[in-house]
Amino acid sequence: MSTLVNAAPEVATRAPRRSRLTAAKRRQYGAAYTLVLPFFIVFVSMVIVPLVYAGYLSFYRKRLIGGTSFAGAENYIKALTDPLFLSGVGRMAIFLVVQVPFMIAFALFFALALDSGMMRLARFSRLAIFVPYAVPGVVATLMWGYLYGPDFGPFAQISRALGSGPPPFLTQTGMLFSIMNIVNWAFIGYNMIIIYAALRSLPSELYEAARVDGASEFRIAWSIKIPAVRPALLLTVIFSVIGTFQLFTEPRLMATLAPNVIGTAWSPNLYAYNVAFVNQDANYAAALAFLLGIVIMIVSYVVQLSNQRKEGRP
Amino acid sequence: MTTAGPVTASTAQPNLDEPAAPGRNPARQPTSWLLTVFVLICVGYFLLPLFWLVVASTKSNADLFSSFGLWFANFNLFENIKSVLTFQDGVFIKWTINSAIYAVVSAFGASFLSTAAGYGFAKYDFPGKAALFAITLGAIMIPSAALTVPTYLLFARAGLTDTYFAIILPSLAIPFGVFLMRVYAADAVDNALIEAARVDGVGELRIFFTVALRLLLPGSITVLLFSLVATWNNYFLPLIMLNTENKFPLTVGLALWQSTAAGGSGSRALFSTVITGSLLSIIPLVVAFLFLQRYWQSGLASGGVKA
Repeated sequence: MSTLVNAAPEVATRAPRRSRLTAAKRRQYGAAYTLVLPFFIVFVSMVIVPLVYAGYLSFYRKRLIGGTSFAGAENYIKALTDPLFLSGVGRMAIFLVVQVPFMIAFALFFALALDSGMMRLARFSRLAIFVPYAVPGVVATLMWGYLYGPDFGPFAQISRALGSGPPPFLTQTGMLFSIMNIVNWAFIGYNMIIIYAALRSLPSELYEAARVDGASEFRIAWSIKIPAVRPALLLTVIFSVIGTFQLFTEPRLMATLAPNVIGTAWSPNLYAYNVAFVNQDANYAAALAFLLGIVIMIVSYVVQLSNQRKEGRP
Repeated sequence: MTTAGPVTASTAQPNLDEPAAPGRNPARQPTSWLLTVFVLICVGYFLLPLFWLVVASTKSNADLFSSFGLWFANFNLFENIKSVLTFQDGVFIKWTINSAIYAVVSAFGASFLSTAAGYGFAKYDFPGKAALFAITLGAIMIPSAALTVPTYLLFARAGLTDTYFAIILPSLAIPFGVFLMRVYAADAVDNALIEAARVDGVGELRIFFTVALRLLLPGSITVLLFSLVATWNNYFLPLIMLNTENKFPLTVGLALWQSTAAGGSGSRALFSTVITGSLLSIIPLVVAFLFLQRYWQSGLASGGVKA
């Protein structure tokens, strides 16, 4: 690999013997590889190698007696029939069809509202909605956890003052929505900014004519602006898919408040962590991580494909 | 000269507070009070937990339980801060420094690698370019969390776990940063400028460092900020990689305190410390955020518009 870095000076000294075009081209190849190479060295060692290693691990098993041996697809078959893993994936699927559309819809709504020019305090609102993105997931979960809490959470205090029991934030059903709310709170602003930036870069000619013709702002948003920012929307959906299946911080910290509700496998990622570090089964954890990656790839691909189909429509 | 980069490039990016396109003036529309009131109610929702955090940070542990959560009681903020900074021999300060080191080193490294690679992809044709870029794009979909456990196992073999490298090295490769910088470099650096430098006999790498880098700066800062936030806020990677409390970043440290506080009635006195520590931990990023927000948008615009 290091020969690529040295290629440029070598080419320069040899240049006169060759045609001018080739020398310049080779010099440019050398420069291009030098620029791209540092990233790819890190990329290969930090992404590709762990990926291949996870793939390798997932086909082996470790026994207390007998050591490590080839297991074929055993770990994968085990995972696909593991109720703990499947229930986690199911929970994330609910996230995907409930929380992600809700989050993107609100992000789009805020972006359109800020872009419409019909709002007062737009700049302040934009900052306030975006600022949760700067708050670490750990702190966001801590704050909401205390807000939900039965001891000194204000909602529980209000409900106690009204003479009823604590709100069901931390129950089996409530937890799903409580965690959805934390994710919404943290990421609506982030997605809003992506969409808003796309809206701001649209040329106004695109809808000036419609406005002159008397189209309402709602109509302009629906028929002109939303189709025009479709690539940005696609980006937010794909990032949300990836983020959803990686959910870890929120359930892991909520487990300190409601250990029995969260358990060890609330999200597939939490389960993979517990399998690797509590059960000490790296091989099975690798298979879980790999399956999770495949699920994410498939869902992202389906999202992209359905988008292309819609774009292809006349 | 020092302002040349941002000024030149700002023509290519929407500035959020100015009309984006010529002849466009959003403020011209009549104000809709219904819309304004509705959005402001939503803003209240986004600010509620932060307001609660500020209020709760001013309370003693006893007041947390005995007073209403969304309003002030006896002012105890300074005692709380003192307890955060001195608890366990001031380990909180150590965590803050660690978070800063992890985030700053990772962010500068990731930003530089992304900028160089993005520029290389945007401005050069070379054998294997299409394949390398396709791999990079495909890798955006790879969930980093799926890589963390295998990375840990590899690092354990290499003796790298429980070191600063264990956090910094995996944070350096950001495929999305390369994509973003390629899109950005395509517009921000004029091909004629590169040609002119070549005619003057400037070497290819010198063109990158002396001409292009300055024009790429706004895009690079966007990647830097993303990486900074991602590393500062990361919990999964350091949780797995680190054992020594002295090497923890703030996220792992605060989560540790929280589990101690929630763990038993004897350690209840820790709640006000955890809450005040949380407040202190988000101040640097929130401040950096408000001052640098222009850069978020510009970078996101190039990524989102052309994705």
